[in-house]
Amino acid sequence: MNPKEYKYTQEHEWICSEPENKGKVGITDYAQSQLGDVVFVDLPPPGSQVEQLKKMGEIESVKAVSDLFAPVSGRVLEINQAVINEPALVNQDPYGDGWLVRLELSNSSELDALMDSDKYDEFVSRLNEEGSE
Amino acid sequence: MGHHYLLPDISRPDRIGCSLPRLDVPPSELPPEELLRQELYLPELSEVDVVRYFIALSKLNYGVDTGFYPLGSCTMKYNPRLHEDIAQLPGFASIHPYQPAKSVQGALQLMFELQQYLAEITGMNATSLAPMAGAHGELASILLVKAYHHTRGDKLLKKILVPDSSHGTNPATAAMCGFEVDTVPSDNEGNVDLNSLESMMNEEVAAVTLTIPNTLGLFDPQIAEISRLVHERGGLLCGDGANLNSLLGKVKFGDLGIDCVQVNLHKTFSTPHGGGGPGSGPICVKTNLAQFLPSPLVTKNDKGYTFTTPPKSIGRLGASYGNFGVMVKAYAYIRTLGAEGLKEVSENSVLNANYLKEKLKGYYHLPYDRTCMHEVVFSGKKQKAKGVKTLDIAKRLLDYGFHPPTIYFPLVVNEALMTEPTETESKETLDAYIDAMKQIAREADENPEILHTAPHNTPVRRLDEVRAARQPDLRWRMGKHY
Amino acid sequence: MPSPYLPNTDTDRTAMLREIGVDSIEELFQDIPREFRNVQFKLPPPLSELELKEELRQLSNRNTNLEDYACFLGAGYYRHFIPSVVGHIISRSEFYTAYTPYQAEVSQGTLQSIYEFQSLVCQLTGMEVSNAGMYDGSTAAAEAALMACRVTKRDKVAVMSTIHPKYYEVVETYAKGHSIPLEKVESNLDGLPSDCACLIVPQPNFFGYFGNMEACVQKAHDIGALLIVIVDPISLGMFKPPGDYGADIVVAEGQALGNPISFGGPGVGIFACRKEYLRQMPGRIVGKTVDVAGQTGYVLTLVTREQHIRRERATSNICTSEALVALATTVYLATLGKRGLRKVAELCYHKAHYAADAISKLKGYSLVFPQPFFKEFVVHCPAKPHLINNTLFQESIIGGLDLSYILDNSMLLCVTEMNTKEEIDRLVEILGTFYRN
Repeated sequence: MNPKEYKYTQEHEWICSEPENKGKVGITDYAQSQLGDVVFVDLPPPGSQVEQLKKMGEIESVKAVSDLFAPVSGRVLEINQAVINEPALVNQDPYGDGWLVRLELSNSSELDALMDSDKYDEFVSRLNEEGSE
Repeated sequence: MGHHYLLPDISRPDRIGCSLPRLDVPPSELPPEELLRQELYLPELSEVDVVRYFIALSKLNYGVDTGFYPLGSCTMKYNPRLHEDIAQLPGFASIHPYQPAKSVQGALQLMFELQQYLAEITGMNATSLAPMAGAHGELASILLVKAYHHTRGDKLLKKILVPDSSHGTNPATAAMCGFEVDTVPSDNEGNVDLNSLESMMNEEVAAVTLTIPNTLGLFDPQIAEISRLVHERGGLLCGDGANLNSLLGKVKFGDLGIDCVQVNLHKTFSTPHGGGGPGSGPICVKTNLAQFLPSPLVTKNDKGYTFTTPPKSIGRLGASYGNFGVMVKAYAYIRTLGAEGLKEVSENSVLNANYLKEKLKGYYHLPYDRTCMHEVVFSGKKQKAKGVKTLDIAKRLLDYGFHPPTIYFPLVVNEALMTEPTETESKETLDAYIDAMKQIAREADENPEILHTAPHNTPVRRLDEVRAARQPDLRWRMGKHY
Repeated sequence: MPSPYLPNTDTDRTAMLREIGVDSIEELFQDIPREFRNVQFKLPPPLSELELKEELRQLSNRNTNLEDYACFLGAGYYRHFIPSVVGHIISRSEFYTAYTPYQAEVSQGTLQSIYEFQSLVCQLTGMEVSNAGMYDGSTAAAEAALMACRVTKRDKVAVMSTIHPKYYEVVETYAKGHSIPLEKVESNLDGLPSDCACLIVPQPNFFGYFGNMEACVQKAHDIGALLIVIVDPISLGMFKPPGDYGADIVVAEGQALGNPISFGGPGVGIFACRKEYLRQMPGRIVGKTVDVAGQTGYVLTLVTREQHIRRERATSNICTSEALVALATTVYLATLGKRGLRKVAELCYHKAHYAADAISKLKGYSLVFPQPFFKEFVVHCPAKPHLINNTLFQESIIGGLDLSYILDNSMLLCVTEMNTKEEIDRLVEILGTFYRN
């Protein structure tokens, strides 16, 4: 389910590397299902700097608010206007049309600290087990 | 007609709902044009239209007068009619806060005596009636904590500890006062985990806020130990008095080691909820904190009653003295019951809650199978396993003619159903509720679909909250500009 | 003696205890250490309804009420006419015994009336969105200041010196919580700090007078601060609404709109702002939506701003506010409507100016300020205001607010549609007796 070529954080963000030291960021399917119907996204403005694993925005559903953490440090190049207009995209296509921000990475070695797709799958399985206890 | 229309739909040009007198003095020159408004777009209705419209709206509402309303920690008890009549007496309703004190001695006497009664009931030494709701009272408490420590030169203190079961207003209030909030976990019994508290209670902690009994409806027997621990390490112990209904006339917060506590007149003291207020959240404190109370207080001297400001007051919380119209009702309640009557309230509220607990525990999961106080928290866990959510259970209760309990709070219980019957409900009402809940448990087994699609009998059903949040429509518009 | 508010009898209790499996109610309190239980409470003995009603009636008679005395006192709390229909509607117990509308399906009455309240507030103030109300005008102003700090990410608040002095104190209390400094600014806006999050301006001001709001908007926006305006809602029947001249947040005390003065509480804090700040606005908000069958309905919305979701990151800790008072305001505005509210405002305006004019012609009296005013004005008196007020009181008149603490021998007088020509003439006559050659 989780795209193999993406990298993942423990806070359920993903990053998809792009050429020239860029990356697209979003939240995972697990995250969107936990949140419920997304009603609003608060994203960092283009040009701003973000720091790895520090809060860079918020995602709101009807009954919950979740912090959005930057998977890597860098500069915000672009935010997904489609999601701003239609927050439901985050639920419908979290890995595709529901992407949130595009970054220019300041230090691509930070990607090594993130989980790969298999590790993230395991991580989510464990969470699901704990949840049903 | 009825509620399917809004005021602009009913409005017609030239209608008016109230006659007004003619101008009986010569008119004066109007102010400069640029100060005046060009157009005022408000609906125009006759009195008949107004009455029919709002009466139609009232019929869509369920109140305590309609039936059982077991919202946990809200104490939806019956609102005595006497209080409504008294609050409307001109001597209480038509007095100005800035009138000379000599002309409102009756009002000041009422406030003074209420200050005393609340202090006595909570086992404290001084009261401020200024806060206008429970959360407002909590704000006063935390500002007071801040002032207390500041006066003592305790600069390091920047944290407030709250239990994981606490009401959202507790951490929100702490943050409004510039404190960080740390959460103390509960143990398996539903009590504060003393070991965790022990390790978290350090020189950075200004105060610990506890709801007593807690939001699980449980009285923490370790209270003396908790108080000792907090005080030994220089902290204050603040009480959230939302659940006072279980302790009225029986136990004093002051005896438990509480330094300051806010009470809710619109919960424990029977004043009506009004659909979301007005409330009143007086705070009561021990002697050493009295100097910090919000202003003003009513004091008595040989000349009569007057307002004074405590020497190190945290300041004003409102432009007058608090919600006087609500205080009148709470005052009447205390004078009606007396000490014995207050004790009957707590004893019967606890009896009612335990009765519900015993009768329903076979049908719904009871996370803490021990004696509860005035409320009992069930979990919809068993039903969840069959695909029925607590939300569905709550919606189905509406079909049976009951207001559901509080759902999904406290957060420490999965699929929580926080149920507070209060003492003003009869055994027959409780039995009817129990029957409905049993029936719903059966439906969860045999016919879950009817729960998923509930409610069936209400004016509207399962409103789309997602749409309301994604496409906010928060007002109508009349006229071209707005 | 059985209690009328406690249905269960000994028979009921015995049956319930048996079902629970305990012998006495006291066993249910076993978690409470014995030494804390059943302590003594010193409270007066209980009274029957008959006795209590009489006692409280007598207590209320120890207060001089404004139905017996003519009132020329304002200063933030006003005696305005309340149409009978308002009291009757809010006495419907479906409205007043309901809780906060968390179960929307059985609270459409409350929810739809809040939607109406929000709409009417916007229409009146010229703003785009409103919440369901706050505790009072002063706390609304305080919460507006905190909101401005969140929006601008600054931490200083500028307040015009002509604000209601008690409002200033309340803003100060709230600001202190966040260690946010307050700066008083004169009407000419000299020394407005360039790093403030907001400028709070009353219109009319505490003394009843109108200032140049265009200048305030300009100056505030030039430095990137929000303009918060505190209004007299009755004045908006005649005067330009703040939305029209660019205010960012508007707050007001709603007591004047259909609510008894009640010794200053309960009132309701009106709070409205521009759409772009919606997510930072505190308080409850009701939104329109549809249900599963496509029927229109109303729900609490944007709840993620509030304490029960965001907890320590909430926009405010407010939970219970003043819903029934807001309902009274809604009924009042629906009843008076566009013509009625304008008429009330005009009656206040003309009567106040008639009074001011007559007083200004009395020897020894003068009007202190030249600016345009609505229903309140300041007079300089030939004698100490408290002495004048003593005499007025003996004549069954409540005089204006003594302003001697800031302006020698000055009084703030208020005239509303409730004051007849006879009352005003009588006031003027008595005031005229104070001049000593």
